[in-house]
Amino acid sequence: MSAGITKNPQIKAVPSSTDEFIKGLWRDNPVFVQVLGMCPVLAVSNTAQNALAMGLATAFVLLMSNILVASLRNFIPKQVRIASYILIIATFVTIVDYAIQAISVDLHKNLGAFISLIVVNCLILSRAEAFASKNTIGKSIMDALGMGVGFVFALFCLGAVREILGNGTFFDISLFPDSFQEWIIMILPAGGFFTLALWLVLFNIYKIKQA
Amino acid sequence: MNQYENIKKGTTGSSKKMLIAMVGIGVFCALLIVLTYEGTKERIGTLKDEALEKAVFNVLPGITKTRIYEMTSEGTFIPSDGLDRSKTVVYAGFDHSDTFKGVAIEASGQGYADVIRILYGYDPFSQTVVGFYVLESKETPGLGDRIGKDANFQSNFKALSVKLTPDLTQIENKVIPVKEGGKSQPWEVEGITGATISSRTVGNILGESTAIMVPLIYHQRDSFNVNSD
Repeated sequence: MSAGITKNPQIKAVPSSTDEFIKGLWRDNPVFVQVLGMCPVLAVSNTAQNALAMGLATAFVLLMSNILVASLRNFIPKQVRIASYILIIATFVTIVDYAIQAISVDLHKNLGAFISLIVVNCLILSRAEAFASKNTIGKSIMDALGMGVGFVFALFCLGAVREILGNGTFFDISLFPDSFQEWIIMILPAGGFFTLALWLVLFNIYKIKQA
Repeated sequence: MNQYENIKKGTTGSSKKMLIAMVGIGVFCALLIVLTYEGTKERIGTLKDEALEKAVFNVLPGITKTRIYEMTSEGTFIPSDGLDRSKTVVYAGFDHSDTFKGVAIEASGQGYADVIRILYGYDPFSQTVVGFYVLESKETPGLGDRIGKDANFQSNFKALSVKLTPDLTQIENKVIPVKEGGKSQPWEVEGITGATISSRTVGNILGESTAIMVPLIYHQRDSFNVNSD
């Protein structure tokens, strides 16, 4: 009898928590696939340290806001949901701002106003609205971790290339002999665009080959 | 109950829910922020003081030690044991032979996005501003924040004239901001195209602060001594 059972093609398989994590990290990477949050990606990825700090700050806000939004999804009326999400996101951005100041004044100065601008990072609001408000806390955590790690990974890829070519260093450690001529353009805004374009090309070539 | 009353009742219920949700989330968020602020306040204060001390060495070239002096209500400067943020203080700089080289002064003003806090170095012997550092700014990234990075703008503060009048009572020519490429006098601060408001603010902050502080410090330049108590 079992041979006669066929699955209804209309019913989609429910993605597991691991799928939710992998989705953000690779398949729907927020930078390389969705091209979201380009402002900090291009502006604060001039060194690996800045990129890592910005990525981690964004990932923390994403994780905490997803947890809170998923927890309160049945409590928040739909008419005020966006206002509530912004309030929650802004709170965690303020917490991150204080935390970075307490870690290093220089780092806080390097990241500048981009810390406050995490509030308007469309990645965070889109995950709150599209995912956390419709899913359980567990799944929302996995989604935020995937997207967060994916965002950190992408920023780090840009920051590492720009610092190595633009400064000749990696986490302030000199990599080349004194005769190395730094590619100054790589740490300037134009270098951000060049590096992002390069990574997008590589990412897409890899995806086409995989397909 | 007619249709109108049903709609009215539904809306009232919904409004109450919305109010409860927004107020509840607001109170919870406020509590989180206050707890974080209280938890990090002390550490942030310590790090900011350390950064300020480092900045003093940036704005007074050639110094090897600094000492804090607080300003009394009579306008005199007395040595202070520590940094008291409720009082007006200046940071005197001394070279390796304990010779007084100048003072670093904190000043602030409203920029484009928020208050800009700066530190500048004043050398009373050459009667010039010899260094400038942005302590705090939330100006637009890539535009206004160039006040702390732009090499051409920074060069304004290598020898910015704050010379006093012959009777030594006030500044001869107040420091003023001018547009980029328009600097013709040693007391002018050349602005940055694309960061007009922020760079003008720096010029105005310096103009206001030097007009008050420079005559006071110049008259008391001999009282700044590394061994004074």
